[in-house]
Amino acid sequence: MTEYLLLVVYAVLVNNILLAQFLGNCPFLGTSQKMSTATGMAMAVIFVLTFAGVITWAVQWYVLVPLELEYLQTIAFILVIAALVQLVEIVLQKTAPALYSALGIFLPLITTNCAVLGVAIINIKEDYDFANTVVFSFASAVGFGLALVLFAGLRERFALSRMPKALQGTVSGLITAGLMALAFQGFMKLGG
Amino acid sequence: MKTLTQEFTKGLWEQIPPFRLVLGLCPTLAVTKSLEGGWGMGLATTFVLVCSNIFISALRNVIPPKVRIATFIVIIATFVVITELVMKAYTPMLSETLGVFIPLIVVNCIILGRAEAFASKNGVGRSLLDGLGIGLGFTLALAVLGALRELLGTGKLTMFAQANLDLTIIPLGEGREFLFKFMVDPPGAFVCLGAMLLLMNLISERSARSKAA
Repeated sequence: MTEYLLLVVYAVLVNNILLAQFLGNCPFLGTSQKMSTATGMAMAVIFVLTFAGVITWAVQWYVLVPLELEYLQTIAFILVIAALVQLVEIVLQKTAPALYSALGIFLPLITTNCAVLGVAIINIKEDYDFANTVVFSFASAVGFGLALVLFAGLRERFALSRMPKALQGTVSGLITAGLMALAFQGFMKLGG
Repeated sequence: MKTLTQEFTKGLWEQIPPFRLVLGLCPTLAVTKSLEGGWGMGLATTFVLVCSNIFISALRNVIPPKVRIATFIVIIATFVVITELVMKAYTPMLSETLGVFIPLIVVNCIILGRAEAFASKNGVGRSLLDGLGIGLGFTLALAVLGALRELLGTGKLTMFAQANLDLTIIPLGEGREFLFKFMVDPPGAFVCLGAMLLLMNLISERSARSKAA
């Protein structure tokens, strides 16, 4: 149990997927202008990333390795993720229309969110077993959500303040992200 | 209609990624700890971008519009796998440095963006030049960012670790740490990219103003 708890702390805080590993930075800067879009994106990523982590893990160990096709990993994973996103979209639309209308516009964007493919590849690289894969994928996605929502909160404040024109938008976003990354780096001491 | 030269040079300033087209940020931030990481990632991306642009533009009349994105991704992924395997075989140290970010070239939005916005609408020659220009612009940006961060953070420049081409620009005494050490850490990546973007904004603001005056 402690092992899983440590893995969660590691993935959410110490080695945050956005601020320490630099995965998924396009939506981080793209969808953080408003709190409502940020929470929507965060939920969609948590949902899809956990599923994708589990399914790509199964594809790797039950399809690619027995057939000795490991070199096709990249192609196989991106196709699985693209198909999964489509499937999630269709299933949600039919079974949970309320959830679908909340997450709808974010789902297609997730196919090209490198956090999803990145975590899938890290799961295999680190030789995680099934339980570790589930925990790590979920915790990474929660870390993504946490950083994204915190960042959106900051950027909403920025919209109210006066700023030189050259600093607006991406520039102030990047510098804020740098300061946030500095704060998250403080958690590294947790790992000893 | 742009001339062929313009098609090539627009990627080097006018639309240089990741500054003008704010795309492909993950590799930009992650691999620019050293100069080597910067140019290595840039050239790998350029190769994939040029090949996929040529292929997609040649097949643009055959690909059914409804499944075009999926088709583009498969074409791009194919070239990424080629790059991955070649780099593992011939430049193992560079491949180790770039790590998970080589397979992640697949989801680099610059490549899919060019496929959708340019290669699927233009001829092979133009698409080649477009890919080459944008790719080299990206390489240039990453190399400058990598060199800046490494120089400020460690005082060294790693050209190509495999061939031992390292330069120590600012030597340090034993056991001393560099003042801007945070530059090679994750926060430095964000701040450094932000500062470069700010500089570019200021330059274009000034040139726009002098044009208006």
